[in-house]
Parts: sequence; C-alpha cells; structure tokens
Amino acid sequence: MIIKGKTYKFVNGNDINTDLIIAGKYTKTLDMNELASHVFEDLDSSLLEVIKSKIIIAGENFGCGSSREQAPLALSYAGVKAVVAKSFARIFYRNAINIGLPVIIANTNLLNNDQEINIDLVQGILSFKETNDFIILNNMPTIMIDILNKGGLVKYLKDEGQFRI
Amino acid sequence: MTYTVVEKIINSHCVAGIVKPGNIVIVEVDFIMASDTTAPIAIKAFKEMNGIHVFDAKKMAIVIDHATPCPNNKIANLHKNIRDFAYEQEIILYDEGEGICHQLIYENNHVKTGSIVLGADSHTCTYGAWGSFSSGVGATDLAGVMLTGKTWMKVPDSILINIKGNFNEGVFAKDLILYLSRLIGANGASYKVLEFCVDKDTQLRMDEKLTIANMSIEMGAKAGIFQTFDIVPDDNAKYEKMIEINLSKIEPMIAVPHYVDNVYPVSEYIGIPIDQVFIGSCTNGRLEDLEVVAKILKGKKIPKNVRMRIAPASKKILEKISENGVLNILLQSGAIILTPGCGPCVGTLGGIPADGEKVLSTSNRNFLGRMGNKEAEIYLCSPATAAWSALHGKLIDPRLEE
Ligand code: SF4
Repeated sequence: MIIKGKTYKFVNGNDINTDLIIAGKYTKTLDMNELASHVFEDLDSSLLEVIKSKIIIAGENFGCGSSREQAPLALSYAGVKAVVAKSFARIFYRNAINIGLPVIIANTNLLNNDQEINIDLVQGILSFKETNDFIILNNMPTIMIDILNKGGLVKYLKDEGQFRI
Repeated sequence: MTYTVVEKIINSHCVAGIVKPGNIVIVEVDFIMASDTTAPIAIKAFKEMNGIHVFDAKKMAIVIDHATPCPNNKIANLHKNIRDFAYEQEIILYDEGEGICHQLIYENNHVKTGSIVLGADSHTCTYGAWGSFSSGVGATDLAGVMLTGKTWMKVPDSILINIKGNFNEGVFAKDLILYLSRLIGANGASYKVLEFCVDKDTQLRMDEKLTIANMSIEMGAKAGIFQTFDIVPDDNAKYEKMIEINLSKIEPMIAVPHYVDNVYPVSEYIGIPIDQVFIGSCTNGRLEDLEVVAKILKGKKIPKNVRMRIAPASKKILEKISENGVLNILLQSGAIILTPGCGPCVGTLGGIPADGEKVLSTSNRNFLGRMGNKEAEIYLCSPATAAWSALHGKLIDPRLEE
C-alpha cells in the first residue's frame, strides 16, 4: 500500500486530542460529510480547507482522549490521506486503521510543511520526492496491514469472517 | 513464564498467539458495551460486516447516556435506531435516565474479576477497579467483537503502582489520580497497563478504586487494573517500571486548562474565581461523592454568582440520595439536579458554560471545548474541592475548611 501527497504539519503538534479533532457535540450523527465539516473547528476552522488531500504531520500522542471513531472518520471524510506522528494514542491508532485511514509512526522532526512525500507501508519506507531521502519505518503488524489493504475492518471481516494473525 | 495480572487474564482468554509483551494475540471477549455516541456506528459496521446475530446477546449492553434527555430530533432518531436494534437482538439496553454506562455496568454486576471487557468508550478501563481487564475501543472494533466474540490485541507492558498509607482529611482518590497524571503524563502509559497493588493497611473503598481505574486512560493506558485476592501476579513477573505512592503525602490537586496532566496542588491556585461547578461523571458522580458534597453544603447556600450542577451517575444513586436526605440538602443549597447521565461532562447538553467562564468539574477531561464551549475553561478536582469552592465562589483548599 502506497500513499502519496503533500504534508500539512502542525506547528504545535503534541497531544492533539479527539475533542479538538471533532467536538463531542458534533459526534451524534451518521452523516459523515456533515461530521467532516466540523473537523478541527475548535482549534482553527480554516483547517478544513487546508488539510484536504494532505498528509497530516504531528507530534506525540496524536488522537488522545475519547474512543470516538468519529475523530479518524472526520479526518478521512475531510480528505486527509494519512497521519504521520511521533506517537499515537492507542485507541485512535486502531480506530484509524479500522476505518482505513493510514497512520504512520515516524520521527516527524525530519518532516516539514508542504513537502511531497511517498509512504510505502509494506516496505516500511517514507521517502521525500524532491531529495530522494527516506526514513525507515517500524514494521506494522501484519494484521494491521491486512486490514488497511482491505480499506478497513468492515471489509476485512466481511471477507474473512474472523481475525487471523 | 511468569505473568503479571494482565498477562494472566490474557493467557486465560487467548485462542491464538503467544502471550508476551509486544506480541499480537487473539482473545475471547466476555462482555461488550457501547454508548449512544458509539452504538450507531457500531451497529452500522456490524450490519455492513453481514452480521445477523450478535455473538452472545447476554454479553452485550448498550447504554443511552451521552445525550440524555435527548436534546434534538436528529439524536432522537439515532436513539430510536439503537432501541430498535437492542430489542431485535435482545441485548441488554439501559435507556435514557438510567445513568452513565460505566456506573451501570458496575451496579448491575455485568463484569467479573479476571474477565476481558471491551467498551466503545474510552473510560471502559473503569472496571479494572475489581480486577477486570477492560479497555476502550472504537465502534468498528466493537462491531468486530459483536460479530466474532473475539478481538486481536497487542500484549501490553505493565507499570506497577504500589499504594501505601492513607489519605489525610480533605484528600481523595481524585487527588491521587490527578497526581499520577502529572507524574506519568498524558501519554506516559500509552499502550501499557497500570497495575495497582494496595497495601493491606491502606483503606481504599470500591468507589475510590473506580475513580482511580477510570482515569487510567488519561495517561494513555490500555487499562488500569487493581490486584485482587483471586488474581495476583507471579513472583518475578516483569514490570516495565514500578512507582511507589504514599497516600499520606498526597495533597488536593487540580488539573488546569486544557490538559489532564496539567496538574498542580490546589494550594497554588487558591482564589481563582469560579462561575460554574459540575459534580458528576463516571469519575465522581457516585453516592459517596454526593454524600461528601452534601456534608459540605449542609445548611449553607451557594452564592448567586455560582451555578452548581449535579448529575448523579445513575438513577439508583438518585433514588438513594432521595431516601437518605442528601437530595434535599443539595436542592436547598441551590444546586441544580440533572438527569443521571453524561450531558455536561461531554458538552452535549445540561450545563454548557458561557464564553470566558471558569468551570470547576469533578469529571475527567478539561480539553478545550470539552463542555461544549471552547471559550470556557475547565478545571478538574475532587468533589470536596469543588463543593467548598462553590460556596466561596473561588478555588479553596478543602483542608483549610475541614
Ligand atoms: S461521564 Fe463523561 S467521561 Fe464518563 S462516559 Fe460519560 S461522557 Fe464519558
């Protein structure tokens, strides 16, 4: 699985919590476009336009807080292609993969705003288009790659009927 | 192999893989739960997975608690979908007004010591209070368990927290967990389990353990779990680190905006003016908490410039306080009593603060916008600190008053 795109890097990228990604008052809906229209609203409502088709670059503990899957859903429906962070909150990380939003752990000090990057999840390589530099990523467990390859857990379980490791 | 408490529990549920920190295993799950925030997506995902029957109807509960009483037509329709699904599947349903999911799972004994529980709510870790390995997951993960009765997980490392001594007057379980949050940090326990070992001479009631286990997630933990007589770790079980806590050294603590690990002794913030006080949530909305508050408010009036809102964690608690006189004390002091549920904690209804207002809350999160207004500030503290401060209209160290 290969993801290509331009980066959007948060200036203060640590501890971006699920309430900031999508406020609790907007989570009670099944209309995902409506949900996505409120992404990052409390943080900076102009981000909705900025992050479209981008790869988000953040710091430590991205997605901490609530178990709300609406957080990765809002990002995904807002057009975010992937999130690269130094670390993720556990539930957010799993939720993102379950809904098919790629999440990548890397030292994001090495990444800047507005860079073209390629991420190869199976090989575990993040490369920069302009310089041909690359970063080696930690291997993702096979089950996670399998779920991402299916586009999320729904399709994975629909096809497989059960978990396999 | 020597095992920690969590490793023992995982081992007894493991159907594939080898139980060792960092390994991926598949486990059977004993009980699952969803709230009205997460159930609609879980139900949708379950159906999209071609799910017909939930793996075991007796092992699943849905609780309508996050937006109750229902504030608008959109949410009413979601609630209706949840009810329809629960009736059709014959799973356990707790409807509007019965209380907060985590309190109901506890009160109704749905979860046993040594079990594995997944809830589509991050504070599912609360059930670690009595030695269940319980953890929050997202809605689609929950749908996976609804379908298969199983889940996959990474075996976590554990941090052992040895608790000795007893609290001084005016200091409570909330102060301990806020203290730990400061010590460990918002992601200091990420992917790990906090295992609590309580010294035999330390008094810690179940409601206090619930408060502590509940906020393990605020340090990123996968679970917080108390050792019990039934499940103790093996000698030489491997812990990533150990932390020693003496309860007599803990003082009243407060988390200041906008992070739960932004914690200081209350004594450093004395005097900040308070506009609203919220007593409730799955952290501190229990009978014992309301009794502490009533003891402080008895015969006194909350000043006019402070609004105090109280949401008992369950209907049973509301019944108890109406029997034992606590309810009257609270009402006479000027407090507003809300439907048992989550509303103010998560900003869905029942107590949204105005721009620039400062809220003292006994809940577990003070994130920007958490209570429904990003222009307000939320401070987290114990019910005693909250009640004394309500009476003074500003932050007070409860030890000065008791
Ligand atoms: S009381 Fe607050 S923290 Fe607890 S389950 Fe409800 S919304 Fe979540």
